[in-house]
Amino acid sequence: MNRLTSLLANDTGGSIFLFLLLLAAILVPVCNLVVAPASSLHVSTYTMALVGKYLCYALLAISVDLVWGYLGILTLGHGAFFALGGYAMGMYLMRQIGARGVYGNPVLPDFMVFLNWQHLPWFWHGFQWFWFAALMVVLVPALLALVFGWFTFRSRVSGVYLSIMTQALTYALMLAFFRNEMGFGGNNGLTDFKDLLGFSLQADTTRAGLFVASALALAGGYLACRALTTARLGRVCRAIRDQEDRVRFLGYRVENVKLWVFTFSAMLAGIAGALYVPQVGIINPTEFSPLASIEIVIWVAVGGRSTLYGAVVGALVVNYAKSFLTAAMPDAWLFCLGGLFVLVTLFLPDGVAGLLRRSGRTGNRPADPLPATPEEEAS
Amino acid sequence: MSMLESMRSYMRRDQVFEFLIPDTPPDLDITHGVILYLEGITVSFDGFRAINDLNLYIRDGELRCIIGPNGAGKTTMMDIITGKTRPDTGSAWFGQQINLLRMTEPEIAQAGIGRKFQKPTVFEQLTVFENLELAMAGDRRVWSTLVARLDREQQDRIDEILELVGLQELVRVRAGSLSHGQKQWLEIGMLLAQNPKLLLVDEPVAGMTGQEMERTAELLTSLAGSRTVVVVEHDMDFVRSIARTVTVLHQGSVLAEGTMDEIQNDQRVIDVYLGD
Repeated sequence: MNRLTSLLANDTGGSIFLFLLLLAAILVPVCNLVVAPASSLHVSTYTMALVGKYLCYALLAISVDLVWGYLGILTLGHGAFFALGGYAMGMYLMRQIGARGVYGNPVLPDFMVFLNWQHLPWFWHGFQWFWFAALMVVLVPALLALVFGWFTFRSRVSGVYLSIMTQALTYALMLAFFRNEMGFGGNNGLTDFKDLLGFSLQADTTRAGLFVASALALAGGYLACRALTTARLGRVCRAIRDQEDRVRFLGYRVENVKLWVFTFSAMLAGIAGALYVPQVGIINPTEFSPLASIEIVIWVAVGGRSTLYGAVVGALVVNYAKSFLTAAMPDAWLFCLGGLFVLVTLFLPDGVAGLLRRSGRTGNRPADPLPATPEEEAS
Repeated sequence: MSMLESMRSYMRRDQVFEFLIPDTPPDLDITHGVILYLEGITVSFDGFRAINDLNLYIRDGELRCIIGPNGAGKTTMMDIITGKTRPDTGSAWFGQQINLLRMTEPEIAQAGIGRKFQKPTVFEQLTVFENLELAMAGDRRVWSTLVARLDREQQDRIDEILELVGLQELVRVRAGSLSHGQKQWLEIGMLLAQNPKLLLVDEPVAGMTGQEMERTAELLTSLAGSRTVVVVEHDMDFVRSIARTVTVLHQGSVLAEGTMDEIQNDQRVIDVYLGD
């Protein structure tokens, strides 16, 4: 408890956010399960699933803010780690279907039967166990981040070149996952899930459980990132962001710092993906699309870089706008998104969090943010 | 060697495999009284020879000033010592055991070479205190920095440095909002916190007032002896006030070396540098 209070000292924005999150984690399931559907306080299952999805996005945004806002790595491929976590969870859910699939094969998922496969590919083994899938949710993104980071950071690729490489990474994965031979369901992806740990995914109680799990994961992710950024390592990160060479001359191995923080961030993204999949009921290769990854960066830019809670605000605001606008004016959404990014870059370089801080003086230390707008970053 | 023999060589119990021997750099060995050896170093950038067959020896505990006209290779020389630039030929040794040309910048810094840059480079988004904290000598591995806490001793050391560089009042101020001279002091403070054996100081008094210059001179002279200090400087008055031995670089190699008086009376030096 002491540790918690010391983490949140000087972090008014974060404390408010965690309080609201806790409130939502209790009230939303209660209003869904206990309050009668006729009541005006009732929260529909659809809304709960939607907000649960936003919470997963918010965790993803935090993971991007950690590497972009604090370490200065503009990653345009974090969607890849999110999707890999999602696929690992999807594979578990597929194995849970068992003989209830359309073709009734007890072992092979439907799409494999459809492709006339006789055996389960080797990488699908083990996913019948939840613990194994849960491990893979974290390990697979971590391993990819570790290998990718080891090569790029060691050869000192940085700035816009690194951004393009992360973009290429997620694009290559998208193309690979689109192929049927890969064994991940091709462009249809994995869907038609039945149950998770024996609980039916259609049940409201399971939905509520997933919502609470997402909220807890988001809170845990926030606190972990907050702990990292307020430790000396966090100051090393900010120093690397601003003066990478100088940090080397102080004797820190910049490559290692980048590598481990990047890997940690990829693990968070994987967890977000794993919680996302059972709530939306599908995972397919479009999650790997470069556009999806760029959108994450926009959430963070809108919310405000290097505050962590700003990333959450950005993810919630932009995704709510997306849900609203794609229903109200489907054609206008992409223009709105682009316009939003331009406006934020021009007028709100510190994002919504910066605006809150300026107007409310929420008490964040002046030392915290913020060096450069995305444009300067890229140059 | 027959198969049997090679098998036997693997089975020997009095030896360990080479890859099992930990790759720890040897300790700094200065039994011959020389802390830095630069021999036959040449560097060219796009055909231009920035350093041309440079030979330079720095004795342990010495305060050495290096002067020379623009483009003489002073900063490039520091880049080579700190691992930023790799020379085309030549060798650079720190003491008798540590080969600088095989090490990365962080390894060199950890071995005990600290550097202050020409343009003051401090971490502008961090506070004065945080800048010193990062520079503070200690374990630099990722996990250690994650769990690191300042202990009493380090806290005292930072306070001491703050007092020495005159920034006590500005502890919680962001380094970016300091004046040019204050940044210079902060960087000198960071260098002290790093506690290196060899200090490379590039133009320490640029942007300082006369009084501050005196204080810097005092500080650098007091450091010499327990540590080795190499100063690159343009300001002749400053050099005169601290120098014991002066090295003149010209077109990437050593033109003359001696006391300030000898240098000032050296005809070649007058021709290329002091004359104009």
